[in-house]
Amino acid sequence: MKLIVSESEEATEPISTAEVARPVKAVPQRRPPFSALPDTPLVKVEASQKTRLPLDLRGLWAYRELLYFLTWRDIKVRYKQTLIGATWAILQPLFTMLVFTIFFGILIGVPSDGVPYPLFAYAGLLPWTFFANAVTNSSNSLIVNSNLISKVYFPRIMIPAAAVAAGLMDLVIASVILIGLAFYYRVTLTWGILLLPFFVLLTTLLALGLGICVSALNVKYRDVRHALPFILQSWMFMTPIIYPASVVPAQFQWALALNPMTGIVEGFRAALYGGSLNPTAIAISVALTFLLLVGSAYVFKRIERVVVDFI
Amino acid sequence: MKPIIRVENLGKQYQMGGLLASHGSFRELVGAALIEPFKRLRRGSRPPNEMLWALKDINFDVRPGETLGLIGHNGAGKSTLLKILSRVTEPTTGGFELYGRVGSLLEVGTGFHPDLTGRENVFLNGAILGIKRIELERRFDEIVAFSEIEKFIDTPVKYYSSGMYLRLAFAVAVHLDTEILIMDEVLAVGDVGFQQKCIEKMDEIRQQGRTILFVSHAMSAVTRLCERVIRLERGRIVQDGSAQKVVNDYLGASWNATAEREWTDLSEAPGDEVVRLRRVRVRDEGGQTTAAIDVRLYVGIDVEYEVLEPGHVLAPGIDLLNEEGVHLFSAYDAGEEWRRRPRPVGCYTSTMWIPGNCLAEGNFVAHAAVASHVLETVMHAYARNAVGFQASESREGGDSARGDRTGTISGIIRPWLNWTTQFYADKEASQPVPEEVAIT
Repeated sequence: MKLIVSESEEATEPISTAEVARPVKAVPQRRPPFSALPDTPLVKVEASQKTRLPLDLRGLWAYRELLYFLTWRDIKVRYKQTLIGATWAILQPLFTMLVFTIFFGILIGVPSDGVPYPLFAYAGLLPWTFFANAVTNSSNSLIVNSNLISKVYFPRIMIPAAAVAAGLMDLVIASVILIGLAFYYRVTLTWGILLLPFFVLLTTLLALGLGICVSALNVKYRDVRHALPFILQSWMFMTPIIYPASVVPAQFQWALALNPMTGIVEGFRAALYGGSLNPTAIAISVALTFLLLVGSAYVFKRIERVVVDFI
Repeated sequence: MKPIIRVENLGKQYQMGGLLASHGSFRELVGAALIEPFKRLRRGSRPPNEMLWALKDINFDVRPGETLGLIGHNGAGKSTLLKILSRVTEPTTGGFELYGRVGSLLEVGTGFHPDLTGRENVFLNGAILGIKRIELERRFDEIVAFSEIEKFIDTPVKYYSSGMYLRLAFAVAVHLDTEILIMDEVLAVGDVGFQQKCIEKMDEIRQQGRTILFVSHAMSAVTRLCERVIRLERGRIVQDGSAQKVVNDYLGASWNATAEREWTDLSEAPGDEVVRLRRVRVRDEGGQTTAAIDVRLYVGIDVEYEVLEPGHVLAPGIDLLNEEGVHLFSAYDAGEEWRRRPRPVGCYTSTMWIPGNCLAEGNFVAHAAVASHVLETVMHAYARNAVGFQASESREGGDSARGDRTGTISGIIRPWLNWTTQFYADKEASQPVPEEVAIT
């Protein structure tokens, strides 16, 4: 095939752009980013890596500010765009207490260890409401915050932990009614009141232990969401809240004591308006809380590694 | 130099149809647990089917201060890789080491809560990204100034426009002070002005000598910011090299307008009884057919045609359009040689040369034609959308019409023009200097 090239020589050999005079650009001076790289990697991830400790406590400590901010956010957002705001924290246990007082205290005449029934019921409902709400909120927390989890790294345990911590604020607000009731019924405070923070802490740890476990399971098995309300409701009736532990027959007392919330609720009451502490029940509560925390940490760790792939 | 990021044999496997899709609830799990051993017996220890390697055999090192771009089609594994490196998810095989703190920005506005004010969200977002509160307080004014929303900082962000929202989110993110910065597509936000500001900020971060890993579909941003680019396809690294080279090859492969079109059967080729097109192609100065050109260099468009009937005065021509369909120019061969000269029968190849530093970055489409312009224009052969090519620009060198500018430059062409400047030290004597100023 004969090709006739129609361009002149000049055109087929374009003038190189290099011939155009141009300002010489100074090479940007880079400052050395840091004097030397660390010898050991700051982060090392291996696929087969097996962690012996379920919790990297040092890592958690580094993220303590995040726990604070997430808790603060949960509190701040909870009663946004409601008419009565944080009053809801009071109304929920207050109305439950009124209903219980009318039906169980007055109509049925459930004994209350010689304490006015409203005070008795409220002192039990206060830790229970905190516990139940904390567990419920943290069970959903990983799913609710999925956008966060799938976009940025931080210890995931902060999410259910913040949900539990945020419940503490409600507990404090709802305590106002308890103080009012205590004044109204002229409760004489004893040194036992100093034990109250201990029981609050114990409830928090128990809620945390259960919350992190349930939140992790909920990510994988959404059955949790359906089962939890009914489990918590049954649990409440198995805890001496509307009735005193003393009405339970002696041969079933052990079963009552196996419920970690029994020691807490009874202890709460004892700390508030006196009465004998049940050391066995409290010891069981402490032991179960500890076991639950450790076990949950393992469950959480297992699921944490793959949580992003599930939500 | 010792790498700051070392990735070895990294792989990530996903089960198709969602993880644990087969046992989504307790009941099914229990059922599966009972049946599974028997199933295993029957089919041996075959792994569960429908597994997909989102990433496989990924190995690379990143030197401190390097800006590495990751490109590839959707689903190539770019985002999965960034997610693994920012520890959002874990690899199935292999591992990696990081010798510096990591700030990752896989999405702007991560953790922003609509009910919280801008101020509150800055602190929350900062805490989530791992910025210390003291650090945030110190730089708060800087962040707000960068976002340009001073007036609305105490308004809940749900009342923000999407632009305001993204500006605030990006402002927090770029104030991450980590040695390694991982970013995914963050530049696709805001208006042009803010995008430019973001690119400038990233350029600043780059010049501070921090290491950046950057995923984007905006190739112009990739070539401008990165010196090195890794291209992923179907979970594997297919190319690792200089940004210009990798991006050009990638664009050449993916810009679906072809760089070359050939009509082997003359009877079906565009044209009439006078002339028919044989081939149109985009070429570089070396004669190689290419769909990806450097805006700084000459690009040629060859038109090959066969004259079937003698005695016609013919001129090949090209219409060039950009990706938005804006018609940049119509050019035809008005050269002396064939201007008024009837063409003998035979084959011709005419090349139109577009000089370097003339086009802007982007995609271009060329229509090719052979026409006669004697008395009236008669179009003998015309191929619409005959060829296409992509012009890109490297950030290296600064020897393009872009000069030292970063960010987006508007305008449909970007010629490198000569400028002359006259200087008057004395304002009183500001008479135009009559003599010619040397044009360089």
